[in-house]
Amino acid sequence: MDLSTKYLGLELKNPLIAGASPLPDDLDKVRGLEDGGIAAITMYSLFEEQITQNLVGSEAHIGAYENSFSEAASYFPEVDLLERGLEAYLEQVALVKAAISIPLIGSLNGTHDGEWVNYARLIEEAGADALELNLYFLATDIEMSAAEIEDRCVRIVEAVKKRITIPLAVKLSPFFTALPHFAKRLCGAGADGLVLFNRFYQPDIDTDEIEIKATLDLSHSTELRLRLRWIALLSGRIETDLSVSGGVHNGHDLVKSLMVGAQTAQMVSGLLHNGSPKIQQTLDELVHWMEEKEYASLEELRGCLNFLHCPDPEALERANYMRVLKSFRPVASFKNPGAPRQ
Amino acid sequence: MKNPKIKMNDANEAVASVAYRASEVIAIYPITPSSGMAEICDEWAAAGRENIWSDVPEVFQLQSEGGVAGALHGSLQTGALSTTFTASQGLLLMIPNMYKIAGELTPFCMHVSARALATHALSIFGDHSDVMACRQTGFALLASNTVQEAQDLALIAHAATLKSRVPFLHFFDGFRTSHEINKIETLPDELIEAMIEPGDIARVRANSLTPDRPTIRGTAQNPDVFFQAREAANPFYDGLADVVEAAMAKFGELTGRRYSLYEYEGSEDAEQLVVIMGSGAETVAETAAYLNAQGRKTGVLKIRLFRPIDLKRLVAALPKTVRKIAVLDRCKEPGALGEPLFLDIVTSIEEARQTGLLPDSFCPTVIGGRYGLGSKDFTPAMAKAIYDALLEPKPKRRFTVGITDDVTGLSLPVDEHFDIEVKSVIRAVFYGLGSDGTVGANKNSVKIIGEETTNFAQGYFVYDSKKSGAVTISHLRFGPDPIRAPYLIKNASFVACHQAQFLEQYDVLEYAAEGGVFLLNSIYSPERVWSQLPKEVQSTLIEKKLRFFIIDAYTVAREAGMGGRINTIMQTCFFAISGVLPKDEAIAKIKEAIEKTYGKKGPEIVQKNFEAVDQTLAALKEVVVPATVSAGFSMPPVVSAQAPDYVQRVTAVMLQNKGDHLPVSAFRPDGVWDVGTSKWEKRNIAQEIPIWDPSVCIQCNKCVQACPHAAIRSNFYSPESLDGAPDCFRSVDFRVKDYPDKRFTIQVAPEDCTGCSLCVAVCPAKNKSNPREKAINMRMQAPILDAERANYDFFLQLPQPDRATLKDDVKFTQFKEPLFEYSGACAGCGETPYLKMLTQICGDRLFMANATGCSSIYGGNLPTTPYTCNSDGRGPAWANSLFEDNAEFGLGMRVAVDQQNAIAKRMLAGLRAELDDALVEALLNADQTDEAGIAAQRERVARLKPALEKIGSPPAKRLLDVADYLVDKSVWIIGGDGWAYDIGFGGVDHVLASGRNVNILVLDTEVYSNTGGQASKSTPIGAIAKFAASGKPVGKKDLGLIAMNYGNVYVARVAMGAKDTQTVNAFYEAMRHPGPSLIIAYSHCIAHGYNLAAGMEQQRLAVSTGTWPLYRYDPARHAEGENPLRLDSRKPKEPLYTYTDNEARFRMLKMKDAARAKELGQLAQQFVDERFALYERLAAPYVKDGEASN
Repeated sequence: MDLSTKYLGLELKNPLIAGASPLPDDLDKVRGLEDGGIAAITMYSLFEEQITQNLVGSEAHIGAYENSFSEAASYFPEVDLLERGLEAYLEQVALVKAAISIPLIGSLNGTHDGEWVNYARLIEEAGADALELNLYFLATDIEMSAAEIEDRCVRIVEAVKKRITIPLAVKLSPFFTALPHFAKRLCGAGADGLVLFNRFYQPDIDTDEIEIKATLDLSHSTELRLRLRWIALLSGRIETDLSVSGGVHNGHDLVKSLMVGAQTAQMVSGLLHNGSPKIQQTLDELVHWMEEKEYASLEELRGCLNFLHCPDPEALERANYMRVLKSFRPVASFKNPGAPRQ
Repeated sequence: MKNPKIKMNDANEAVASVAYRASEVIAIYPITPSSGMAEICDEWAAAGRENIWSDVPEVFQLQSEGGVAGALHGSLQTGALSTTFTASQGLLLMIPNMYKIAGELTPFCMHVSARALATHALSIFGDHSDVMACRQTGFALLASNTVQEAQDLALIAHAATLKSRVPFLHFFDGFRTSHEINKIETLPDELIEAMIEPGDIARVRANSLTPDRPTIRGTAQNPDVFFQAREAANPFYDGLADVVEAAMAKFGELTGRRYSLYEYEGSEDAEQLVVIMGSGAETVAETAAYLNAQGRKTGVLKIRLFRPIDLKRLVAALPKTVRKIAVLDRCKEPGALGEPLFLDIVTSIEEARQTGLLPDSFCPTVIGGRYGLGSKDFTPAMAKAIYDALLEPKPKRRFTVGITDDVTGLSLPVDEHFDIEVKSVIRAVFYGLGSDGTVGANKNSVKIIGEETTNFAQGYFVYDSKKSGAVTISHLRFGPDPIRAPYLIKNASFVACHQAQFLEQYDVLEYAAEGGVFLLNSIYSPERVWSQLPKEVQSTLIEKKLRFFIIDAYTVAREAGMGGRINTIMQTCFFAISGVLPKDEAIAKIKEAIEKTYGKKGPEIVQKNFEAVDQTLAALKEVVVPATVSAGFSMPPVVSAQAPDYVQRVTAVMLQNKGDHLPVSAFRPDGVWDVGTSKWEKRNIAQEIPIWDPSVCIQCNKCVQACPHAAIRSNFYSPESLDGAPDCFRSVDFRVKDYPDKRFTIQVAPEDCTGCSLCVAVCPAKNKSNPREKAINMRMQAPILDAERANYDFFLQLPQPDRATLKDDVKFTQFKEPLFEYSGACAGCGETPYLKMLTQICGDRLFMANATGCSSIYGGNLPTTPYTCNSDGRGPAWANSLFEDNAEFGLGMRVAVDQQNAIAKRMLAGLRAELDDALVEALLNADQTDEAGIAAQRERVARLKPALEKIGSPPAKRLLDVADYLVDKSVWIIGGDGWAYDIGFGGVDHVLASGRNVNILVLDTEVYSNTGGQASKSTPIGAIAKFAASGKPVGKKDLGLIAMNYGNVYVARVAMGAKDTQTVNAFYEAMRHPGPSLIIAYSHCIAHGYNLAAGMEQQRLAVSTGTWPLYRYDPARHAEGENPLRLDSRKPKEPLYTYTDNEARFRMLKMKDAARAKELGQLAQQFVDERFALYERLAAPYVKDGEASN
C-alpha cells in the first residue's frame, strides 16, 4: 500500500509523524524512530522564555555573585549558560538532522511579540526542513480581549514567516472563540499548516499540602475526538495542511484522523510508552483496515468524513451535543474508581 | 611578526597567557590572589587551546600546594616543561620541594602573586612576606612592578630558566598588580617561540630522568661529600645575571620594551635614593619625578632580580651622587637588624667599597623601612614622606610608612593632601553593591576605553569583607598617556554612588576633588533629592563646589525590563557626564559592548539594554546645588551608643572605611579580639524581612533553625514578661503541655536579616484561607523597620529559658541561645545553620578549630565577628590556624583540655584533706552527659574557687588556674570539603585514628567555595566547577565510609533540610560520643547556581534521590550487639536528575556538552544506586545467634 503523504510541501513516506517530545534529545532514540518507520520527526520546543528569561535566571543566581568578593570574582568557569542553552538546541537540531534521512521539523514556542522570533531563522539554518510554531497560550490577562490575542498570534506568525524559507506549521490550542475564522487568518498570515491541538497540562490540587500541583498526564484516545471535530470542520475550507496532535494511539486513531481530513497525525504518548515498535504496529493497523475496507489510497480516504463530505454534518455541530446528552443514562453499578476498596 | 595586540588585562591573565603557552604540564591548586591564573589555564585547556608547540598543556589539580610541588618535581625530573601559580601559605607549602628542584638545577618557572603570610591574623592581601620566605631556596627571585611588566618578565623568566637551569620564582604584587586591569601589549606566539630556544628544551629532555639512559637522583650523602656537592652548583648562580640580562636584551630587541636587572629612575645627580621592589617602585618613581620637577634631587632604584643579587650591576646602577638611601621592604622580619632587601643593600654597598666597585668616598646613610603590608595602600604622599625623611640630618634608622605607630614611634609623618596626579587623567570612583553589577560594568568601561580608543585606562576594585550585601568601590583612571599609579584614587573628578543608602554610612564624597562631579542613584526628583541628603553630604557638595547629577536607575531598569540590574544605566551616566569620550561616540561604544556581551544571548537582551541606555539619557538630571546646608539630619552614628568602648573607638572606625587612620596602639599585639561584635553592625541589607503570623504558626521553630544569620529567634516566657512590650509585639500561648501558662514569640532581627527567605521556604504552616501566606511571610522592611526594631529590642531582653530543662530535639534546641549571630555569610548560606545549632547545643563549653575557608572568613573576618557569648560571659572559643592543619590544630586543643582536666583532678585529689570531701568527690565523679550535669558541675566549681582562694597555698592557686577544666569541654574541628577531603585529609585521618574525643564537622558544599568554586574531591560526578570545567568525571570521595573503617569513630551524614531530627540527633550523639566523631553536613552554596531560598528543598531532593544518603554510624550500638550503621534515609525514589536539573553546576554541562552530560549523568545515577545498595548491605541488621540467615 502506498502511504506516501505530502505535508507542508514535504514528501513523507507515510502520514505518521513523531510529535514534539523529548525523544530527539537522544540520537539513539531518533534513529530508532526512523528505523521504526516514522515519516518525520518534530523537535522538542525551544521556548520563548528560554530565549528571553534564562538570562534573568542566570544573572540572578550566577551573575549576581560575580565581582562581589575579593577572593572570588566568580563561582563558575566561563560557560555562558544562556548562549550555550540556545546553541545546544541548535546543535541538537543539526545533530538530529545529520542522524536521519527523513524530514525534521523544528519547534519554536512563544506567544509574545519580540525578537525571539529570530530564532526561527537559526533553526532553519541548523537544518530543520520545516518549523512548527507553537502558540501555546493561556489567556490570563483580564485586560486583554480575544481580538487582541488573535491579532497578536497573527503578528507572530507573520513575523516568523518573514524570517524563514522553510514551510511553517502553526500549532494551536483549542480555546479560540471563532476557530475557523482565526484559522483562515493564520493561513493568510503565512501558515502552511495547522496542527490541532496543543494539550494543556491541567494542574491538579494536592489536598494534603493545600497546593496546586503540576501534573503531566500522557494523552488518551478519547482526546482525539476534539481534534477530529475541528479538523473535520476546517478540512477543505482553508488552504493549509492539517495535522492531528493529541490522542493518536493506534491505527484506528490514525484512520480517523485521515478520514476527517488531516494530512498527517502526530504521535507522542504512544511512542513514549511503547517505543518505536509502536510505529509499525500503527501503520500495519492502518493498512490492514484500509485493505479490509478496500481503500486503495490515502487520497481516497482523506477527508471522507470532513464537514464537506460527511453524510451527517450535524454530528459535528451543535445538534450532536443534544444527541449525546439525551443518550446518557446513569450506570447503576457505577463506583467511584478513586474510592478506597472495601 | 604580526602586530602585538593591545588588550586590557589584569596581571593574572597576562602572566597565565605566557605561562600556559610556554608550558606542557601545569599543576594547580587555588589560593587567593593567584587562583585566577590557575582557573584560566584550566579553562583554556578544557577548550583545547594550544601552547606554542601546538600541544594542549596538561592542567591538573592537586590536593594542596605541597602536592603541586611534589607533582611538579616529578614532572620536571621527567622532562616536561612545567609551571604553577601560587601565593602566601601555598608558597610556603612548596618550599621543601623548591629546595629540591633548585638543588637539582631544574629549569622551572613559577608565578606568584605575592601575598601576606598569616601571623597575628590572616590576610589575603599583598605583600612580599611569602616570596621573601623563599629567598634561601636557591630559586631566582624576579620581581615585576606593573601588569605589562608581569607579562613580559614572565616570558623572560621562562626563557632564562631554560638557559640557566636555575629555577625561577617570578612574582608581582597580589591584588595591586594581579588584579589591576591595565592596557598592555600582549605577546604573540611567535614572540614566545623566539625567546625560547629549542636547544634549551633539548637539554631539559637530555637531563631528565629516563630508564632509557638511567641516572639516579635524590641520593643520601654523607659528611664526606655533601658539602662539596652542594657547592658544585655555584657557577650556575654566578652566571645567572648574565643570562637574565641577555634574555631582557633579546626581549627588548623583539618588543622595544627594555628591562634591566636593577633600574634607576630619577635625577642624574640624585642625593636621596629609594630602593624598592614591586609595584611600589612605580609610585616612588612618579613621586621622584614630581619632586625633581620642583628642584629636588631624588631617584629610585627598582630591584627586579633579587636572587641571586648581582653585586656588580646593582652598585653600577646606583647614582654616585647619592647621600642618603632608604631601602623599602614590603615584609617584616621581627628581631632582624633589618628586612631582607635593606640588609642586602647595606651589605652590597659595603662589599662594593671593600672590593673597589665603589669608591671609599661613597658612604651614604642607609635606612630601612617597611611599607604596604597586607595591601596597605602605598601612595605618593608616603613616598614623599620618605624623601622628606632623607632630608633630615638624622633620619630614623628604621621606620614604617603608611600607618601611625604611636607605640614604638617608627612611622613617618605623611602629608595626606599631597597629590601628584596630573589633570589629563580622568579619575573616577564608584560606590556600588556587589550584586548591582557595578564592578562588572566598570570592567566593561575600562575595556571600552582601553581597547577601543587610543586612551589608556586602569581599573582597580576594592571589596568589603562580607559575602552578602558587599560594598564595592571601583577606582578607574583614563588618560592620553600610560597610567602607572598603583594606588587608590584620592581626588576623583567623578564620584558615583550607585546606592543612596551609602550616603548615610560612608564618607562617599571624601574621594571627590574640588569642582568634580557627583552622580547619585536616587529615587527622588531633582527638587526633592537635596532634602534627603544628610548634613555632611550637603556641606561637602557645597564646599567642594561639586556638580550634582541624579538618576532613578532602578525605575529606568524596571521600565526597560532589566529587573534590578542598573549596571548599564550607571555606566551610561558615567560616559554621558564624565566627558571621557564624546557623548555620541561613548553611547555607540557602550552599545557595541552590549552587543558583544549579550549578542549571542539573544536580541531581546540586547534590545533591553539598548532601551536602558536610551532612556538613561532622558532620566539623567542635574541638580542645582543650593548655597547653604539645609539638611534636617546628620549621618547616624555608626554603632549604637550602647556598644562597648572598644567597638566605639575601633570597630566603628573600621565600619566607616576609615580603619587606615587607626594607630598601632588601637590593637592588641597578639591578634586577640573581643567576641560578639557583629551585633553592633546594623547592615540593613534586606529589602524584605520575614514577619511572623502567630495565628497560623504551629510553633515548630523550623524557621529559627534554618536562619543562616540567627536573625529569627523564638522564645517562650511567662506572661508577666510582656510588661512594657511595644504595642505591636506579637505573642501567643505556648502550645506545649509541659509548659502551661507560657507565651511564645518568633521575632526577626530587622536590621540583621539578609532577606534570603529560607525561613519562609521551610515554614510548614499554611494560612488555610490563603495558602500563599504561611506562618512567616516576607514584607517590605522600610515601612516596618522602627516597629520591628522596638520589637526585637524587647524580645532580646526577655528571660532565657533554663538550658538544663530544654529537651534535645529540633524544637527545643532552637530555644537555646545562639552564640553565632549576624555573620557576613551569603544570604541563604547552607553552612551557617549548622554552626549556629552547634553553638546552641554546646556553645558555652565549645572549642572550635576552624580551617581557613568560607567558615573562617564569615567567622573571623573583621571589622565585626559573629561568635559571641552568653550573659555569663561564656561562649565558643574560636580560632583559625591554617587551611591544611586544622584537624591537628583541634586535636592539640583536645589534648591541652584533657591535660588541664587531668591536672585539675590530680590537684583536687591532693587537696582533698583541705576541702569539703563531698564536694571533691562530686567534682571528680560528676556525670556531665547532659545540661543538668554540666550546670551542676559549674555550680560545684563555683563553690570550689572561693575555697581554694581561702587555702591560698601554691597547689590551691595552681588548681584555681585550671579549675574550669573540671567542667567538660567539647572540641569541634570545623571546615569545608576543600579542607577535609583534600588539603587537610591526612590530618583528618590521623585525628580520627587518634581515638581522642574530638568532633569533626565538615560543611560540605562539594566545592572550594571561598576561593570561587574550584572542584574538590567532594565534587560529585557531572558537576561543572572551576578546575573541572568539563564536568567532574569521577565520583565523590566517601569520607564517611573511610572514617567508619576505624570502628570507633562516630560518623553521621546529615542534611538539615531533608531531616532535621536526624541532624539534631547526630550533633548530640557526636558530642556525647567519648571518642572521635565525624559529621558530614550537606551545605547548599551559591557555587551551586540556583536561588538559595530553595536550598533546604534541594537538600530534601539530594536525600530523596539518594545522592546524599543519611546515616549514623554509632560505635556504641556495636557494643550492644547491633549494627552500628543505621540508614536514616529511604531507598532513592526519584531519579537523580530531579535534583541535578535544578542546579546550574549540573545544568551547565548539559548546555556545554550534552553527550558528556548524558554519559556522566548515567554514571552518576549508577554511582548513587550502587552506593545505596552498598550502604543497605552494610547497614543490614546483625544476624543474632539462633536466627536463620538467608
